[in-house]
Amino acid sequence: MAFKGQIVIDIDRCKGCGLCVEACPMHVIELSKHVNGKGYNYSEATGDGCIGCASCAMVCPDGVISVYKVKC
Amino acid sequence: MANLDIVKPENLVYTKTKVLTDATMHYCPGCGHGTAHRIVAEVIDEMGIQDQTIGIAPVGCSVLAYNYFDVDFEEAAHGRAPALATAAKRLNPDLFVFTYQGDGDLAAIGTAETIHACNRGENITMIFINNGIYGMTGGQMAPTTLIGMKSQTTPRGRNIERNGYPLRITELLATLPGTYFVSRQSVHTAAAVRKAKAAIRQGFENQKLKKGVSFIEICSSCNSGWKMTPVQANKWMEENMFPNYPIGDIKVDGKLVESVDINRIVVDHPLSVVK
Repeated sequence: MAFKGQIVIDIDRCKGCGLCVEACPMHVIELSKHVNGKGYNYSEATGDGCIGCASCAMVCPDGVISVYKVKC
Repeated sequence: MANLDIVKPENLVYTKTKVLTDATMHYCPGCGHGTAHRIVAEVIDEMGIQDQTIGIAPVGCSVLAYNYFDVDFEEAAHGRAPALATAAKRLNPDLFVFTYQGDGDLAAIGTAETIHACNRGENITMIFINNGIYGMTGGQMAPTTLIGMKSQTTPRGRNIERNGYPLRITELLATLPGTYFVSRQSVHTAAAVRKAKAAIRQGFENQKLKKGVSFIEICSSCNSGWKMTPVQANKWMEENMFPNYPIGDIKVDGKLVESVDINRIVVDHPLSVVK
């Protein structure tokens, strides 16, 4: 059984620390080239390899990541 | 790319707990305080004790903790959080009381309050964030600074002859009869965060038993104070802090864990250099 996930990042509150990029086992999070209102390169989901493990949300110091997951 | 059909309320597996307010935290990007706040808040949420909890905020980086937790909070004078927690718990024995302190607050100016509260066996939970430095004031040497570690006041590294040894206050407190549960955890990886959360949950559950202090140290990185990126700081912490501050339970159910050598101190560990 596999899982498919999707993360939603509150980009206005993201500080672009990059811990979620490091924590993601599937390497589907990257820091954006764009900046948010505070001038940080916020993180964003890329590709569709997310498995909804919530590792990114676990290490996020600012709690900006919400994780959604479905069986498929 | 985005699977927007997955983003539905019934598929939500993780989001920020409501016990944290929506205020943007003032901590530097990548600071362990944010994660530590979040797991404490999640434990309060999961136990359903939001309206029965009193937190005590310290002085230091986490001085504004009361802005981020949606629970009752008191602000203590520098280092005096255990004294205030003692009063709060004795006046409200049925409420859950926790202190949240950094190493400059708990292990330096507040050492006396910390040791005596633990020695009296107050029925409180103490959360101790150890980043080996005075973060808020700009990265000066703290009692917990590692041997050889550079800081603003030890630019050539901490020297034993001049500055003494790092204070391992968690091991010290574990030897006191008043502590019931003592643990050292970290928040640098997802697995470590889950373990730290379990330890904090244990600490809060122990208050129901009324058997003494539950003390949880959380090793955290201070990337601005250490002059590294958040990812580098976490790696540096793993390589250099954990030999001196090993992760794991130190005292469980009032008994020291046998495999832990509480007298161990590492004086010749060469610190790695970040490139």
